[in-house]
Amino acid sequence: MKFVGFERPDGSVGVRNLSVVIAAADCSEPVARAVAKEVDGAVAITQHYGCIPGEMVANTLIGVGKNPNVATVLLVGMGCEGMPAHALAKIIKTSGKPVECISVQDAGGTRKAIADGTKILKDMHRKIQNLKRSEFSLDKLIIGVKCGGSDTTSGLAGNPSVGVASDLLVDAGGSTIMSEPIEAVGAEESLSKKAINAEVRDKILKMIANEEKRWKVTGAQMEFMCRGNVEGGLTTIEEKSLGAVHKIGSRPIMGVLKTAGSKLEKIPDGRNGCYLQDSTHMEPMAMSIMAAAGAQIVIFVSGCGGTFGHAIVPFIKVTGNPDIYAKMPEDMDINAGTIITGEESVDSVGQRIFKEILAVASGKQTLGESLGYDNFSVFRRDPRMEALLNISTL
Amino acid sequence: MKRAVIINKKDNVASLLSDVLENETVHAQLGNDILIYTIKELIRFGHKFAVRPIEKGENVIKYGEVIGRASIDIDIGCHAHVHNIESLRGRGDLS
Repeated sequence: MKFVGFERPDGSVGVRNLSVVIAAADCSEPVARAVAKEVDGAVAITQHYGCIPGEMVANTLIGVGKNPNVATVLLVGMGCEGMPAHALAKIIKTSGKPVECISVQDAGGTRKAIADGTKILKDMHRKIQNLKRSEFSLDKLIIGVKCGGSDTTSGLAGNPSVGVASDLLVDAGGSTIMSEPIEAVGAEESLSKKAINAEVRDKILKMIANEEKRWKVTGAQMEFMCRGNVEGGLTTIEEKSLGAVHKIGSRPIMGVLKTAGSKLEKIPDGRNGCYLQDSTHMEPMAMSIMAAAGAQIVIFVSGCGGTFGHAIVPFIKVTGNPDIYAKMPEDMDINAGTIITGEESVDSVGQRIFKEILAVASGKQTLGESLGYDNFSVFRRDPRMEALLNISTL
Repeated sequence: MKRAVIINKKDNVASLLSDVLENETVHAQLGNDILIYTIKELIRFGHKFAVRPIEKGENVIKYGEVIGRASIDIDIGCHAHVHNIESLRGRGDLS
């Protein structure tokens, strides 16, 4: 089994060939967006934690810049920012891809920066059109799996069918990453028993216990449920979690990837398989962090029918709710509701999802891409809160 | 025919695959078996009903695991949801 993708200088393979403008902070975001607008197909991303946002944010932007879907990067800084755009550029450049950087202040203000940036980006974008796809095995593929706006069908149909697809991918040499530690509260046994060894098992349990600590409030119930969850029939976080963890499939969990602190971990060479990522349940932040770890595609399961996407990684949207699929077919790539109606088995839908992964990897546009979705946001753990809550590192 | 699914034989709740009205009969699939229940009240698609009487304080089981605890007695065929099931996790209100 193969797919066709863009080989990058560092040996990673992209499923898309993106020109990306990264504003180091929201102060230079308008300039970054104005520049990206001038180039058909370019995307602009930024972060909203200010210009001294800390390591986790820096590592997320760097990881995203290095993501194989990104062919070329233009950094835009104001010029005085605490996390210098040129420092991000220097590190992203170690991936071997073409990277440039401009500063609004050095350029002489807004209009000049937009003019300079546009000239540079147009040139970079033109050059990457020469890159062509070639054939690769599935060991070059990393898929993020995520659910959101879950209802009862997520646990019965959506997530289990994604789990089947994950098994097929991992058996063919690829990797799967799952985050959302809060939506594992109640499913500790189910998840940790898949750990490849005792050390990973302990990390999984610690990760979940840490997350429960972050969200628990003295004097109130945590009640980690949204309106869609409860109207859709899910009663407790335990029930939601037990349904959610099906999407990682049944292959061993090889490790837990760290995201905070000085390192945003990637899957070690030669150790492909299923991984958990110690990040967040929030979307699209979780997907940005998966992209920073090298994921090229995300499968997003939503019983309620969440319709967003991501600037860097294409989303394959799956719903296990047949009514939602009937209502929103322009948004949902895969109808897993056929499991609920009895027309199809979990296995059969899982096979379909796996085929879709290969197709999207090789260039098929997802419905979210055709609708122009380009969400992007980052997430940060606050080290002061971690210390106050006595959160131990994994 | 109204259908439901019982995921694991340890479960004391079933998940509905259609809306059901009071006194309607539901065919609940557990593996290869079909178990028949009469529903005691209107319950929506995706929601749960008790497949055995569940006592106040008793664990509610789905997927073969604990998903919470009954906060009041739940009769067989009755809606089992946020009004009679409480989570056991993140209970800052109890500390």
